[in-house]
Amino acid sequence: MKKLLEFINNLDRRWIFLFIGLAVSLPLFFPLGIDFTVSHPVQGFYDTIEKVPNGSKILMSCDYDPGSLPELYPMTVAALEQMFRKDLKVIVTCLWPAGPPVVERALNHMAFEYKKEKGIDFVNLGFKEGREVVMVSMGASIPNTFPTDYNGTPVTQIQIMQGVTNFKDLAMIVNISAGYPGTKEWVQQVQARYNIDLVSGCTAVSAPEFYPYYQTGQLKGLLGGMKGAAEYEKLVGVMGLGTRGMDAQSVSHLTVFFFILIGNLAYFVLRALKGKEVK
Amino acid sequence: MLISLGLAIAQEPAPAQTQSTSDSRWFDDNRWNVFLTLVIIFFLIIYFIEKAKKGKNLFVRRIAGLDAIEEAVGRATEMGKPILYVPGIDDMNNIQTVASMIILGNVARTVAQYDTPLIVPIRLPFVLPVAEESVKQGYMAAGRPEAFQKDNIRFISDEQFAYAAGINGIMLRERPAANLFLGSFFAESLVLAETGFSTGAIQVAGTANIHQLPFFVVACDYTLIGEELFAASAYLSREPKLLGALKGSDYAKGIILAALILGAILISFNVEWFKDWFFVE
Amino acid sequence: MRKEVPLIITFLAGAFFIADYFVPHTGFSHIAETINGWTIIVITFAYVLGVANVTRVNLDYIQRKGKDTPYKIILLICLLFMMTVGIVWGIAEGTIFDWFFINIYVPMQSMMFALLAFYIASAAFRAFRIRSTQAALLAITAVLVMIGRVPIGEAIWKDFSNFAEWIMNVPQLAGKRAILIGAALGAISTGLKVIVGLERTHLGAD
Repeated sequence: MKKLLEFINNLDRRWIFLFIGLAVSLPLFFPLGIDFTVSHPVQGFYDTIEKVPNGSKILMSCDYDPGSLPELYPMTVAALEQMFRKDLKVIVTCLWPAGPPVVERALNHMAFEYKKEKGIDFVNLGFKEGREVVMVSMGASIPNTFPTDYNGTPVTQIQIMQGVTNFKDLAMIVNISAGYPGTKEWVQQVQARYNIDLVSGCTAVSAPEFYPYYQTGQLKGLLGGMKGAAEYEKLVGVMGLGTRGMDAQSVSHLTVFFFILIGNLAYFVLRALKGKEVK
Repeated sequence: MLISLGLAIAQEPAPAQTQSTSDSRWFDDNRWNVFLTLVIIFFLIIYFIEKAKKGKNLFVRRIAGLDAIEEAVGRATEMGKPILYVPGIDDMNNIQTVASMIILGNVARTVAQYDTPLIVPIRLPFVLPVAEESVKQGYMAAGRPEAFQKDNIRFISDEQFAYAAGINGIMLRERPAANLFLGSFFAESLVLAETGFSTGAIQVAGTANIHQLPFFVVACDYTLIGEELFAASAYLSREPKLLGALKGSDYAKGIILAALILGAILISFNVEWFKDWFFVE
Repeated sequence: MRKEVPLIITFLAGAFFIADYFVPHTGFSHIAETINGWTIIVITFAYVLGVANVTRVNLDYIQRKGKDTPYKIILLICLLFMMTVGIVWGIAEGTIFDWFFINIYVPMQSMMFALLAFYIASAAFRAFRIRSTQAALLAITAVLVMIGRVPIGEAIWKDFSNFAEWIMNVPQLAGKRAILIGAALGAISTGLKVIVGLERTHLGAD
């Protein structure tokens, strides 16, 4: 018994890796279908987009790269789903260099589904280096900051960009971000200066940092991690990658809890046994 | 080059004017509260710097993580192993990277005295010359300029996880006795801290990126939380001017604390005017 | 003048952009916009500097025939290859650049991110031992939030997610705001020291 407890107390982390690997992968093959409710910040995200008049122009800044794909790509797709359904015109920018190809795929896929036309219903302006400077520069002039789109077409020749000078010509901003530059910078540099509606989707680890902004109303909605994506997909009415990942996340969290529990049990029992031996 | 710079700014004629309304004001009245707050903070910092310059002894509480840096250097020297200093993944425009460079200079000065190798992997090109200069100055301040090895300040990759993988490689191959993670970190923080833990190194981390603090707290021996990173330069160097600045910002925090308590009490009795002072349009 | 010129530039730039926040005058804003445009260009040139730096550092290493030379050669070949195919054939969907990006870069980066799931589990197992009152608070709160923020929490108790949300919105937020305020003050102090030249470690010796 003591040997078992010592084995658990000093457990080789590779056993933990093995169990986590199984906990994440098995539910993907054998879904459990556990239901969940939608939280207020996610409802706020959905409602803010829903309130925008049909046909309006929205800026969507996808500030992430492939590392955050599992959490943020489902949000991007679901947001495009909602926006295209409302015939909103989507102008996409990226402040992370590896973002444009990922977003281009999402745009092309959703455009095909909703029969939207590039240049008329949406445009991918691509990546621009400069971080907060780019945001502030867009406040002065978006065409000057992004003179061409991702494919090199001058914005003067793109129909959706006609009449778009700066943030005043946009209904709102949807920001999907993985870190810096991202939501905090959009709040500080843009929302605070231009008072435009801003909603954010971010990784689960960043979401707690943005709760203050949601509480103060600087963010009208917030999606946090894959759970946020799944809740949002539920509102939009799609069974996307976020929803499918929920079972794996549930089981893996339970697995971590199980290891914390047995680790503490082993620790306390061993401490008691050592105390008895000393006496 | 100037022509190409000009072309880069104006590739196509702008389709519309940059600003349709003009403003002739020289001060935005809606931001008077922010201005006043900044003035008060600046005044406090300058006041205490002047006080420190006059020789007043300023008390700073013990910060375990910073004391541990000296302990880490000593341990690395005994074991004959290098020290790994990771200054974060952000550029020089991030104040945490600036603070990290300041600490790096102090660490380099300590390390130079013991002749312990100091490895500094860098993510961004702008940071590389600053890191080189900080370390070189540290060695010169310790009177050991000949011991400075430029090759130990290594540009790895500007791609976040390639950088993390590179540092993991350094940790697993060169087995530093101490890992110092001080600066701005993001998702790679746990990857670095866990790999460092597996090599048995003593680890001190510090960041003002709140979302990464939990990972450092669970995986490292000591963690500098938020402003402790900024206090480090004053703490390690004990230079009066820097201690004065630290004191000034502490007093500013005291004023903010008082305002928070007063505001909470007043709001509890439905008195709103105090809260309105802090509203920023 | 080696140190004086950077200090003057730092002071002028720092003071100007602080002033920009408070001065709504159109002329002033135009100057700020122009300087922002210059900044974008300068930062963009950092990529050129980065490529040159990577090439120089790795070529030096290859010439000295260090033990990691094969990896450095692969790095330079890949760098040159991706730059060439991107410039010659473009980066749009369907190009060679895009194929390598989607089939090699994306899985590799996703893999590194995926490691976090395993590392979090092993770090949690190691760190959440209830050795003290604070450790107990940490472990219990972590477990409650962890379970409450996934659907299984709601399956166990229907208000679990609301309770986890309360933990995030009240005690967590209070602590986070405190750290945010402290960090912001530290950043203001460090920024002021750099702007007025009190802090000049990064510029070299006096």
